[in-house]
Amino acid sequence: MLRYTLKRLVLGILTVWFIATATFFGMHAVPGDPLSNDKSTTAQIRANLEAKYGLDKPLLTQYAIYLKNISQGDFGISFTQENRKVNDIIKEHFPISAILGILAIVFAALGGILWGALTALYRNRWPDSVIMFLVILGISVPSFVIAAISQMFLVNINTLAGTTVLPVGGWGTVWHMIVPAMVLGLSTMAYLTRLMRSSMLEIVNTDYIRTAQSKGLPKTRIFSRHQLRNAILPVVTVLGPAIAGITTGGFVVEIVFAIPGLGRYFVEAIQQLDYTVIMGTTVFYGAFLVFMVILVDLLYGWIDPRVRINP
Amino acid sequence: MSEQTSTSWQPSASDFAPKPKHQTADAITRPAMSYWQDAWRRLKENKRALFSLYLIIGLVTFTLAGPYLWTIDPSAQDLDQIGMAPGADRNVTIAPAYQPWYGPTDDQTYANDNALGLTLVGNATSQAVRLAWRGNDYDQADYGYKIYRTLFPLDAGDAFGLPLMESKNHYFEDRLDLQPTDYYYTVVALDSQGVETDQFATLKLTVKRVITVLEAQQRGLTKNGPVAEGEQIKLALHPFGTDYLGRDMLARLIYGGQVSLFIGIFAPLLYVLLGVIYGSIAGFMGGAVDQLMMRFADFAVALPFLLFMILLKVIFGIGPGESGVLPMLVAMVILLWPAPARLVRGQILQIREEGYVSASQLLGAKTNYLVFRHMIPNTMGVILVTITFQVPSAIFTEAFLSFIGMGVAPPTPSWGSMCNDGIKSMLTRPHELFFPALFISITVLAFNLLGDGLRDALDARMRNRE
Repeated sequence: MLRYTLKRLVLGILTVWFIATATFFGMHAVPGDPLSNDKSTTAQIRANLEAKYGLDKPLLTQYAIYLKNISQGDFGISFTQENRKVNDIIKEHFPISAILGILAIVFAALGGILWGALTALYRNRWPDSVIMFLVILGISVPSFVIAAISQMFLVNINTLAGTTVLPVGGWGTVWHMIVPAMVLGLSTMAYLTRLMRSSMLEIVNTDYIRTAQSKGLPKTRIFSRHQLRNAILPVVTVLGPAIAGITTGGFVVEIVFAIPGLGRYFVEAIQQLDYTVIMGTTVFYGAFLVFMVILVDLLYGWIDPRVRINP
Repeated sequence: MSEQTSTSWQPSASDFAPKPKHQTADAITRPAMSYWQDAWRRLKENKRALFSLYLIIGLVTFTLAGPYLWTIDPSAQDLDQIGMAPGADRNVTIAPAYQPWYGPTDDQTYANDNALGLTLVGNATSQAVRLAWRGNDYDQADYGYKIYRTLFPLDAGDAFGLPLMESKNHYFEDRLDLQPTDYYYTVVALDSQGVETDQFATLKLTVKRVITVLEAQQRGLTKNGPVAEGEQIKLALHPFGTDYLGRDMLARLIYGGQVSLFIGIFAPLLYVLLGVIYGSIAGFMGGAVDQLMMRFADFAVALPFLLFMILLKVIFGIGPGESGVLPMLVAMVILLWPAPARLVRGQILQIREEGYVSASQLLGAKTNYLVFRHMIPNTMGVILVTITFQVPSAIFTEAFLSFIGMGVAPPTPSWGSMCNDGIKSMLTRPHELFFPALFISITVLAFNLLGDGLRDALDARMRNRE
């Protein structure tokens, strides 16, 4: 297990290095440079600026400095917001995205397991059909449309109630988080519902369920102790990739609901071509995703002993 | 066998002749079916999948044949019908040319049912709305008025809407972007400090659309003979309404569909193909080459997709909001090949161990034969299913990029960028968001259902797994 963990960690670090390298050389392949946006720069000012940002050194030296800084967790200074460190930006905005993402994951996982179990329990009866229809709908409608529609819904509810039942946008209290997290988790929930359903239906035909039945265990016990517990396993495996989907899906929700998260900040940085922020955020997100996937895999080994034997 | 059972039977020479060749016992009574024929038969049994297939064919036909049937330019503006919902009233009255107005005449009568005696002067038309009021009747001093306009009925405590003007006069003429709809005008009296008092009057007006003879001629509305003042004519038809710039929604949906479906179908085709080539080489070579190639694919698959998608579009030298379709396609191909590559490699490794491949090798089959006869046909099903399931995600990617303003360059429409435009005005003109969102959803739904059906039909191992 330790060997496996170490191997995964080393590969993870290599992957982050790959992401950092791809980002660095990618950004340097962009025609023009960040300083050419400034209106009137004399040669002297330009030289000073280049010296400040270290752009006057050869490319490979810059790469070495960049790698060294990143390994120390330093992403540099923003180009458009002078003297603001990218680290500070991430520190300020990432927790918001993370809270939103965690809520969305919890919502998606609980919902997916619940609905998936229900559909399997009521297979081919009306609850199954209704839920599966909603699932297909949830997968087929783009997230920004769902976000916009739910926001419109909130406006109408607030108008009907006469007071603010739930805030339409912004960030601050728990009430601000509920609807965005639900919207963000919706497509993942739909996907997990499908997965849970098929996993449940597969387990009905296994030997250990038959054994449990022949032992005369009550149906509810078979359902909760044997079927549900085993069916959850595949859901845990896809949680890693689902986190990736939810962080990137977060961009849209953060924009629509005016949430000051890192995703919205990243989109703004892209629109303003703020190179250091783009690079820093990409590497940070990449590292976050890579280690999340590793964490989920290790968690999976902890939950399911079968994986541990043959990783 | 012979029917003769009599004991007096004697063999003759004909009995030793070879029997005619009857092979009825092991003849195949049912017609032989190839893998694809069988798959097609199974797909036809799945009504949902078949319907989805027809829907997709219909959508593709809609976008390809559409420009020939509906010949309106998607970037042409209809200035008389801006943001019109489908099925809106298209009647327009020919009115005399605009004449400046210098306030009400002395014999103007004022309404008595509101605090300020707010009255409409003349007709409310899209040319101008003219309001006059008697004034503040409880306070002798007259410090001026502020005029507001809104589209929504006023409730207690609601804002009055858009502040139009602050004026000392007792009249006001509104010519600001008037549409044929209901408006609520509010005039509020001000106190000596210029602060609003509680003296105000609200008037609900229904604005009628008018154009002048000259405008009718300029916009080609006089094809059925010349028009005269006071006459009613019909404006151009927009079956799906118009957007916030007065562009025909149907034409934009057709042209936008070309972009969205092009990316949605071609991007998965290309990157799955690349993945197939990469994966089959790795799977077939095996050993160190395989390890090296797959390690690289592992790295590439770990790249955060949407971040790099955006990054690549920046790298291609195209600033935000001004990129074309091709960079998007290239970025998708560069980033998304590893997943199908890993899938195909797994398949190839599996097939390599199958008995029929060993049998084929034993019979002296060459590598080429093995690849084209066994490997590719047996992975084809999985590949086809993968492509079908990748189409929705490609369409979503395009829509997402357009939504954050990194999509196709205007004025080229795409369903995603149309949604982005529509979201801004979804409260007042929901049709601008509804139609493109509907088209995206239907397309994605159809490909998802077709993918389910194809998987059931093609991939025996995956069948009935949902």
